[in-house]
Amino acid sequence: MAEDDIPNEAHGTEEHAAEHGAAVHHHGPPTSFIRKYVFSIDHKVIGIQYLLLALFSVFLGMLMSIMMRMNMTWPGHSWWLLAKLFPTGAPGGVMSPEFYLSLVTMHGTMMVFFVLTTAPQGGFGNYFLPIQIGAEDMAFPVLNMLSFWVTFLGLAVLVSAIFAAGNGVIGPTGGWTAYPPLSAIGDVLNVPGQGMGMNLWIISIALFCGGSLLGALNFITTLLNLRTRGMSLMRMPLTCWAWFTTAVLALLAFPVLLAAGVLLFLDKNLGTSFFVPAGLSTGTTVIDHAGGSPIMWQHLFWFFGHPEVYIAILPGMGATSHILSTFARKPVFGYRAMVFALFAIGLLGFFVWGHHMFISGMSPYTGMAFSVLTLSIGVPSAIKTFNWLGTLWGGRIRFKTPMLFAIGFVSLFVAGGITGLVLGQTTLDLSMHDTYFVLAHFHLVMGVAAIFGMFAGMYFWFPKMFGRMMNETLGRIHFWPTIIGVYCIFIPMHVMGIVGMPRRYSQFYEIVNGQVQMIYNFNRPTVPLIHFVTWAAIITVSAQVIFIFNFFWSMFKGQKATDNPWEATTLEWTTATPPPHDNFGGRVPTVYRGAYEFSVPGAPDDFVMQTTPDETEANIVTTAGTHAVQGKGDGHNGHG
Amino acid sequence: MSTEARVGNLAANDWDGGAFPYRVGHRKLGMWLFIVSDAMTFSAMLIGYSYARAASDQWPTPFPFNPSIIFSTVMTLFLLASSFTMVMAVRASAANRLKAARRWIGATMLGGTVFIVLHSIEWSHLLGEGLRPFGVSAGSTFAKEWAERWPQAPPLFGASFFAITGLHMFHVFTGVIYLGVVALRIGKTRHEDVEISGLYWHFVDLVWMFVFPLIYLMSVDMTK
Repeated sequence: MAEDDIPNEAHGTEEHAAEHGAAVHHHGPPTSFIRKYVFSIDHKVIGIQYLLLALFSVFLGMLMSIMMRMNMTWPGHSWWLLAKLFPTGAPGGVMSPEFYLSLVTMHGTMMVFFVLTTAPQGGFGNYFLPIQIGAEDMAFPVLNMLSFWVTFLGLAVLVSAIFAAGNGVIGPTGGWTAYPPLSAIGDVLNVPGQGMGMNLWIISIALFCGGSLLGALNFITTLLNLRTRGMSLMRMPLTCWAWFTTAVLALLAFPVLLAAGVLLFLDKNLGTSFFVPAGLSTGTTVIDHAGGSPIMWQHLFWFFGHPEVYIAILPGMGATSHILSTFARKPVFGYRAMVFALFAIGLLGFFVWGHHMFISGMSPYTGMAFSVLTLSIGVPSAIKTFNWLGTLWGGRIRFKTPMLFAIGFVSLFVAGGITGLVLGQTTLDLSMHDTYFVLAHFHLVMGVAAIFGMFAGMYFWFPKMFGRMMNETLGRIHFWPTIIGVYCIFIPMHVMGIVGMPRRYSQFYEIVNGQVQMIYNFNRPTVPLIHFVTWAAIITVSAQVIFIFNFFWSMFKGQKATDNPWEATTLEWTTATPPPHDNFGGRVPTVYRGAYEFSVPGAPDDFVMQTTPDETEANIVTTAGTHAVQGKGDGHNGHG
Repeated sequence: MSTEARVGNLAANDWDGGAFPYRVGHRKLGMWLFIVSDAMTFSAMLIGYSYARAASDQWPTPFPFNPSIIFSTVMTLFLLASSFTMVMAVRASAANRLKAARRWIGATMLGGTVFIVLHSIEWSHLLGEGLRPFGVSAGSTFAKEWAERWPQAPPLFGASFFAITGLHMFHVFTGVIYLGVVALRIGKTRHEDVEISGLYWHFVDLVWMFVFPLIYLMSVDMTK
């Protein structure tokens, strides 16, 4: 057989594998506008694209939340703009309950998927993970571009639901968790938004799952394979550990949601009955599905849904650890414990999904197991909190805006997390689950805390990304109303929840003989709180305009940034501002020490860069070796 | 630093940076990760199916040993054989015998295609007897038999059968196309790329090794 084989130069084993990176995949800086800014394969551009996508989504989502608050606070009030924009959804400027519910769904979907999942991981992770480990780009640059554009397509499909859901709604009306049977057979029952709106929702989420798992695969490969010489795992910044853990969670969680989404789509459009039980009827129509289990959807959904919570928050934890250390001028307290705590949270996150389903009905023994596992997440979370405080303790703290937001993150994480211990207990959850208490809990911890992590990251890394500093005064003016505002919004909500105010209701009032009356007597004491929360929300959202102004103004007019304005130690601060196309300008950094060497006794400055050689070690020999390799004029990392 | 330096790095510890810790390139690592994630998708489907089956009072067992199980065993053998030819393809590629490698990949694609064709015949046969994703079509052979033998069974047999085997067939179909591309480009790519396509192909076969017992063997009609 050997004689008819063509020996081929290009098809070798080891030696060819070696050339591969250089020969096939090296990409120089693109020149055309499209390749540079639109279909770019540069991880830095893709990171900014993700951030802009999230910025668009977060404003849309916030707008929706304000609309919901106004509807609930001023019942029956005719809003001129609503009447103009949504003549069917808000006839005469008064929102219909269905319209309100579609707002609930779209707000949740936008925020959870397209803000909390994209910005911390796809945005900051994409931009800074390769730089912080000393790589030129992600392992799969083209796949990276694809991940973004698939995600973008997912957002476009979701936004199209605003226009295509029909029947006076702007999306599906079943909430972001899409519980069947409503999501599966809602259109048979003529529920507005559950026809085309639901289809678009499923397609959007399926696309998002695809984009996310491809992105996760890329992150993991990059972090494992592309760390530069000397960047051992325990020298990595905690941000990298957080992005890595998040990627592992995304890789394992999103495929399950994808499978569940496919089955839901079949239920909805092909008449299968995976999630639809027998015996449903509308009074006039008998639904001829049978044998399925709505609980099965909940299991599949929350198997994804709980890790998703950590996908949202872990990058914020990473950024907070990083920033607290930098601005307290102290090493991270208990670096190793921080790494293990991250992984413990990620691992435990896969075994607690049942705590979302206590009231769906389950064996008390199962409930007990989920409860104990849920409460045990308190341990690694407490380790993290303790170590953040330990990092601050005795530090020479510089209260710059990123630091303020990082401290805000710790505060919100504790305030929002502590009620998780309340809700993790089956007995308490039974009475609290469908009230504003849960709403307040998860908004504080996975919503606002994660957003604070992003703000901290944005103020911190903005100079590296855009070459200019964000305005410090405006940053502080942005911080104070925001932190006070979010507490003013969410602390009263806990109280409303304890009183018993149910969530997802569009109205708590009815109009009897022209008089506005509370439907439920027990809600009467919460009326002032409802007003207070709405005003707090309006003020807090308005304060975000300061951020937007600061963001765009500083991009063009801000004070020029030096390469290392915060006197930080990690690799992104060793390169030019903003970094060149290949991140380090052909020079491959070598790492000699851990990520947080602040205030080292005997060092000339109060920070030591990761690239500063340690002359007492035998590292100098290695350095010479590395330079010899670089000397071949190759000087790049070989991503394939 | 080039990939060479990374693959061949003999530093004290492969995990200290500047090296591929698993001594494999990005693509192979990436494929392994993709396989992990795809395994989660199939697990979710198969666990969903098992959940529905376990929660039902009755579940149809409509596949007689002859011809259903014999037929699906033949399908399984074709798929297994294609895994064997894929092993041969990777071996030939490793030895740089490209024409042989291309032929073995061709044989693998043939095995996959025969599997798809047989599977489609089976599908159309089952559809002809009245099996539908939403249950059984009224007045069909199946409808009569099922109403008699499994009156309590939920209409989920067809749903899970078509959903799971359909997703698997889609994977086989994608794999055949993927292998076609690898075979065409074999002179221009590396040995590792052939190996990676092999990983995917074996994974798809492995999934079938779960689908076959769970969907087919557990649905054997013991009375016939």
